[in-house]
Amino acid sequence: MRASNVTKAVALALSVAWVAGCSTSGSDSMSGTETGTDTGTTQGVNNGTGVTGSSMSDVANLQTVFYFDFDKSVVKANGFSDLEKHAAYLAANPSAQVVLEGHADERGTREYNMALGERRAKAVSRFLQVNGASGSQVESVSFGEEKPEILGHSESSWSQNRRVELKYVSR
Amino acid sequence: MKKVFQLLLINCVLLLSSWSSAESDLAIEITKGIDEPTPVAVVPFAWDGNSALKEDVAKIVSADLGRTGLFKMMSPQNMLSFPSKEDQVYFRDWRVSKTEFLIIGRQIAAEGRQIKVEFELYDVLKEQRLLLERVSGTQDNLRDVAHYISDMIYQKLTGIRGAFSTRIVYVTAKQLGQGKVNYRLKMADSDGARPVTIRQQSEPLMSPAWSRDGTKLAYVSFESGKPAIYIQYLATGKREKVQSFRGLNGAPSWSPSGNKLAIVLSKDGNPEIYVLDLNSRSLSRITHHYGIDTEPSWSPDGQSLIFTSDRGGQPQIYRIHLPTRQLERVTFEGNYNSRGRLTHDGRFLAMVHRGIDNVFHIAVQDLKTGRLDVLTDTYLDESPTIAPNGSIILYATQKGVKGVLGGVTLDGNVRFILPASSGDVREPAWSPYLQ
Repeated sequence: MRASNVTKAVALALSVAWVAGCSTSGSDSMSGTETGTDTGTTQGVNNGTGVTGSSMSDVANLQTVFYFDFDKSVVKANGFSDLEKHAAYLAANPSAQVVLEGHADERGTREYNMALGERRAKAVSRFLQVNGASGSQVESVSFGEEKPEILGHSESSWSQNRRVELKYVSR
Repeated sequence: MKKVFQLLLINCVLLLSSWSSAESDLAIEITKGIDEPTPVAVVPFAWDGNSALKEDVAKIVSADLGRTGLFKMMSPQNMLSFPSKEDQVYFRDWRVSKTEFLIIGRQIAAEGRQIKVEFELYDVLKEQRLLLERVSGTQDNLRDVAHYISDMIYQKLTGIRGAFSTRIVYVTAKQLGQGKVNYRLKMADSDGARPVTIRQQSEPLMSPAWSRDGTKLAYVSFESGKPAIYIQYLATGKREKVQSFRGLNGAPSWSPSGNKLAIVLSKDGNPEIYVLDLNSRSLSRITHHYGIDTEPSWSPDGQSLIFTSDRGGQPQIYRIHLPTRQLERVTFEGNYNSRGRLTHDGRFLAMVHRGIDNVFHIAVQDLKTGRLDVLTDTYLDESPTIAPNGSIILYATQKGVKGVLGGVTLDGNVRFILPASSGDVREPAWSPYLQ
């Protein structure tokens, strides 16, 4: 199904590292064009960390999928940093808008999971608003268990499906 | 849709004549079926036509009766003879095989594709005929004829109205690759046969619910990108959007009077239960709590709603009396009880239940005694729906990696899986009586 931005970022980091590796054997122009699109420099990417260090004005590389525990709607601490950056971006760009799509894993009943998906989306919404986004910039939509990211009946799938996806409608 | 309408409402089965024997009605104790199903034989029906029939009526009747758990059906290969008329019946033969009730029949070709099916029900021990009926149909609706016959036999033997001539609707989801999914709302016979698609789309469909007169469905569709409640008329296929506030619009349930829908809306901040009057379009809020309140379902008398709430910390089922708004908690056993459905006498509550094994099963609670019984041993069971006569609960479950429909009798004694159609099958909803 859809690759999350985290996956994309990892893929990008790997390709950048690969290209950077190539550049040691001499093709500077190539590495410049490959890496210039996102980070603008070949320096500092050899360890892969340069990709996530984007500026506040650029939310393209931030985490956009946030995961939850079973029957819980508490935003986990590992998402705080990027959510704060999304919030700061929204605060700085009043015309920007996001939709928060809340999802649940398949366990439990479907309509209860609709409510749970909404509760998760609203937890992220509150986090964004506390950190500077305005309520009119954030909309929550629940899909319950209807749109799993991963099909499967074990915790490895379920943990990927209990999530909120943050999507920019306008930037 | 016209075809569906005809199947559903007219059903094309006409009872031409009916002359029951004068003997008193015979009712089998339902409880007897629990440990000792009554042995019954349905002999393959004779056919005087030239071309082979598409359906085996006797086989369908036998399967219908067998699924109820009340009867132990004899396989034709164990029968000593195949009588189709009274003078061919030797009761002694059937007594030897311990058969208590015998059904024989004959199918008579009539003009065009018309067909007449005569059947007889015998009490083997008393050597008495209990029923002699003639049903007319066509060669193309023999399944309707068969279910109609099953209904008559079931009623004669148990005193309870049969529910074989009803329909079920359910949702299927078929993965098309690249994240694309085809969602369908389907309707089939109560035994899962003859599925017809009544709605399909690329966004999720969920929570189908029958109106009490069997002419309409309410359901939730994401076709606009957000959940909204629709009503679809089965006869015409016409649809109307009834509710789409900001946030959740879900879990529709028709009132017994047919003019109200209990629904869930989160427009006021979190999921609450509302009753929508379909005539005046007025909305009244029923629950007031910051927790999740969802999955409303009406009591048969229309006086109360049962619903799921996590106000106590985990999902449990509650009942609210509508005139007084008095609230009571109904379920206490288990750490997750949800999506309750009452039997049509209001006595039993079927639900999704998770107990100490942390697996989701279907359970039934006797509201008179409080006793809770787990009925299923399958996995990820959900969406229980009860036959209008209370005989069988259908539910969604997993078989391998596929969603399928399972059935279980209210006593948990007989369990079966309905034939799978393509894609993941989920959310069955059993129709009311349709005739």
